[in-house]
Amino acid sequence: MKRYSSFAIVREAFRNHSGWKRAWASPIPKKKYDVVIVGAGGHGLATAYYLGKNHGITNVAVLEKGWLGGGNTGRNTTIIRSNYLQDPSAAIYEKSRSLYEHLSQDLNYNLMFSPRGVMMLAQTEHEVRGYKRTAMANALQGVPTEYISPEKVKDLCPIINLSGPRYPVLGALWQARGGTARHDAVAWGYARKCSEMGMHILQQKEVTSIISKNGKIGGVGTNSGDILCDKLCIVVAGHSGALAEMGGFRLPLESVALQALVSEPIKPVMDVVVMANTVHGYMSQSDKGEMVIGGGADGYNNYTQRGSFQHIEETVRSLIETFPMVSRLKMLRQWGGIVDMTGDRSPIISKTPLENCFINCGWGTGGFKAIPGSGWATAEMIANGEAGPLASPFSLNRFKEGRFIDESVAAGVAH
Amino acid sequence: MLLLNCPYCNLSCEETEFLAGGQAHIKRQSIDSSDQEFESYLFARKNPKGVHIERWQHLYGCGKWFHVARSTVTLEIFGSYSAQTLSPPKKIRANINKKLPEWHWENSK
Ligand SMILES: Cc1cc2nc3c(=O)[nH]c(=O)nc-3n(C[C@H](O)[C@H](O)[C@H](O)COP(=O)(O)OP(=O)(O)OC[C@H]3O[C@@H](n4cnc5c(N)ncnc54)[C@H](O)[C@@H]3O)c2cc1C
Ligand SMILES: [Zn+2]
Repeated sequence: MKRYSSFAIVREAFRNHSGWKRAWASPIPKKKYDVVIVGAGGHGLATAYYLGKNHGITNVAVLEKGWLGGGNTGRNTTIIRSNYLQDPSAAIYEKSRSLYEHLSQDLNYNLMFSPRGVMMLAQTEHEVRGYKRTAMANALQGVPTEYISPEKVKDLCPIINLSGPRYPVLGALWQARGGTARHDAVAWGYARKCSEMGMHILQQKEVTSIISKNGKIGGVGTNSGDILCDKLCIVVAGHSGALAEMGGFRLPLESVALQALVSEPIKPVMDVVVMANTVHGYMSQSDKGEMVIGGGADGYNNYTQRGSFQHIEETVRSLIETFPMVSRLKMLRQWGGIVDMTGDRSPIISKTPLENCFINCGWGTGGFKAIPGSGWATAEMIANGEAGPLASPFSLNRFKEGRFIDESVAAGVAH
Repeated sequence: MLLLNCPYCNLSCEETEFLAGGQAHIKRQSIDSSDQEFESYLFARKNPKGVHIERWQHLYGCGKWFHVARSTVTLEIFGSYSAQTLSPPKKIRANINKKLPEWHWENSK
């Protein structure tokens, strides 16, 4: 595979860009692989990448029922931050955030990682206390965050209305090295490197059954024939329930729709990410100038990749309060993704009741930021057969043992 | 926007009047249940891609809880019924089977 570089751009400019190669191959599937990963979203592809890079396992296939990155990875609002409350969360999210810092160089693919700073507004006394507590927890965890005053908020983001009326801005939790990245590029960058290592990314390959014998994994049935494997990892986000049913077990998960929308492009008005969890809305501005907006998830189980109309209204209504200028914007597009919600709002990286069958799911509304760290930890678990220090707190057993990693406050609004 | 029927008020109202309460007919566990049973009672969910038998509360109406059979794939509603039942009534099952002959309550519990 040719390296991408400024030299390559110049070279191609001289030959009408005829020399660019396909970023990944579409190979003929083998009968059997060492590891099969179901789901070519960010987490599945990152898992494959670190299996190869960190553990030298490259006889790997990633099966995708649609197109790679077409699930939540290509539908999210790309907020990256690691200011969670609990130690296990801070560890994996900060690992992830720090991997993002050099991921473009590592993958030789421009992910447009932009650590522009993430601000979580405190708009009630409870939030003030909650975020001060998080800032202190983060200090102990070695995650640089800071509780800032309303004046600093206004300084960082002049279009904010501090004075309410319902919820005046009382302060904010600020993570200067949080930000955004280009979501598709994360999937594409990993896919390109996986393909370069000889892994097979098989699109339009839907897994329809799980083959097991005496409680041990054997492979999967797909819409075009069986594929055998020694180890299987299910990484299908909102569709985890369906895969678990094929495997004969249940998960502590419910799938709901989460929506986002973008406005028409406008001149630069904000260069930070702002989240307002009390009023349930958040916003950032993309490099194209669109305001990227998200809000709350629907309350009921849903697989339709749409969402309830009233949620758009709620989100926009609350944002207008905080950013009055939004009221003059036209919205361009709206879409939904199916997110997999756990009771404690923390993910699952775990073995399953089937031997050699692993699962990575439950990232719900906030897993884009976790893609590199999660892939790292999941690959480690698959390679060694046991979860390492990053993944082990997130095992399925925690629900039986009552050992929750409660992030319902830090996860707050859906992002 | 879902249109749900409250079987107590006998009114068809918009989704915004209701609160979704998740999977219905989950068997409550008692003091002598095992950890495993408690885990599935509290957390393990069917989360089907298909017919979901679920609880709803008529939050901004009579305030009562009731049950709804709904497809999570098409959002079609097969009917609502009283919460004072241990399984979907015959009429609801027949409604579901008209569209989905394969569906059986026993397999979907
Ligand atoms: C509107 C919205 C906004 C969000 N905003 C943020 C944010 O700001 N910050 C953040 O950190 N996170 C955010 N998230 C969450 C984030 O998008 C997800 O947690 C993350 O992308 C999950 O990645 P994944 O690889 O696990 O799943 P996905 O990207 O959904 O990939 C799963 C893949 O599995 C495939 N699949 C499913 N079933 C099968 C099958 N049977 N056979 C083969 N393949 C199958 C799917 O087609 C899909 O491509 C948001 C999500 C949404 C929907
Ligand atoms: Zn009623």
